[in-house]
Amino acid sequence: MTELLVGTKKGLFVLEGEPGAEFGVKARAFAGEPVEYAMRDPRTGRLLASVTSAFYGPKIWYTDDPSGEWEQAEGVALPEGGEAALERIWTIVDGEGDGDGDRTLYAGGDPGVLFESHDDGATWELNRALWEHPTRPSWEPGGGGLCLHSIVPWPGDPDRLAMGISAVGVWLTEDGGETWHQGNEGLVARYLPEESREDSDTLCVHRLQRAPRRPERMFIQFHGGVYRSDDAGETWTDIGAGLPSDFGFPLVLDPADPDSAYVIPLAADMDRVTPDGRVRVYETRDAGESWTERGDGLPQQDAYLTVLRHGLDRRGEGEELELYFGTTTGEVFGSADAAASWSSVAAHLPPVYSVRAR
Amino acid sequence: MALVRLRGPLKKLAGDRSDHSIEAGTVCDLLRELERAHPAMGGWILDERGLVRRHIAVFVNDECVREDAPVSSEDRVDVLPAISGG
Repeated sequence: MTELLVGTKKGLFVLEGEPGAEFGVKARAFAGEPVEYAMRDPRTGRLLASVTSAFYGPKIWYTDDPSGEWEQAEGVALPEGGEAALERIWTIVDGEGDGDGDRTLYAGGDPGVLFESHDDGATWELNRALWEHPTRPSWEPGGGGLCLHSIVPWPGDPDRLAMGISAVGVWLTEDGGETWHQGNEGLVARYLPEESREDSDTLCVHRLQRAPRRPERMFIQFHGGVYRSDDAGETWTDIGAGLPSDFGFPLVLDPADPDSAYVIPLAADMDRVTPDGRVRVYETRDAGESWTERGDGLPQQDAYLTVLRHGLDRRGEGEELELYFGTTTGEVFGSADAAASWSSVAAHLPPVYSVRAR
Repeated sequence: MALVRLRGPLKKLAGDRSDHSIEAGTVCDLLRELERAHPAMGGWILDERGLVRRHIAVFVNDECVREDAPVSSEDRVDVLPAISGG
């Protein structure tokens, strides 16, 4: 049985089903509220959701039973009395513990902020080093805000963490978040005038992932290109040749294969729909040397869909890799055979913001 | 003391009670006092800057006001989600 946590414009939907079949709605929470992201901590089974009420602001909620009561987490706020307010929580990620049974959780949000929890999400603390980083006054938001949307731990090493912030590029720490530096060499902001590109830090990373079996290898879906790093995110090489466009948002990897990546290109930044009216996932198994179209079972005619940055996820690995993605038209598609074939998992949901598979 | 009236989730967070009597000089002070009395409300009406959230409407008597508006002991203050749209 696979569980999908689907964050939508009108609540969280917990779907359950067998891989390759249609799923059913097991629970719905936060009816009417935008749920940007939800995840289940694999270590505890606890669910955490980020909800940004149009009226009452962004919150993180947690529960051990999605059909039951949810508790509001504490500490998910910026320092009082400043000039900024927390706009939104984009992602929640289980991190590596500090030992002695510690379980770390991270949350990333707008305006480019990182929170950390060591009590399974009940209370959170702002990462001060990133909040007070001397370059912050020059940070520029992307179209979705100044969003810290990707947090990728280093398996087995709680001190090493990489993050993607739109539009401030890749951020790296090797001391557990005490200090941060950027890892942007090789990323090219083709959306800027040519003469401005070289020294610009306005780098619109859309999604960042790490290959867990080879953690120095990372991939980015950029606002103009797909990139790979083989040195833990310090330098990047464009591997987007062969894709139908250089624009898109989501990105997942097969944990069993450090050479793998899956993306869903959109036509262009000014036309954010699947190209040519065809829905296709693209797969590489050679670290971006080549890309293979995977659209069997997906709509191939007059289908102009949008998949947001957290709209694609996977479960399992290798030959048992399952992939799922949701669209802003409220459809969820799934593959039980590593993208070789696809089918509808759910339809008629509200616009999908995020999908997490367990 | 001013009479503050809450509804919906704000009422629930404030001990499931809609009416609250609070002494304060401004709307901001009044809302901060409300948060102090009911910590679960922290961040729901005022953001970190001390501003009333964009889609919350605060009425002092019949007038929709911002956080720096004065409040007197005879006033009635309603806090409610701003309804807009077509």
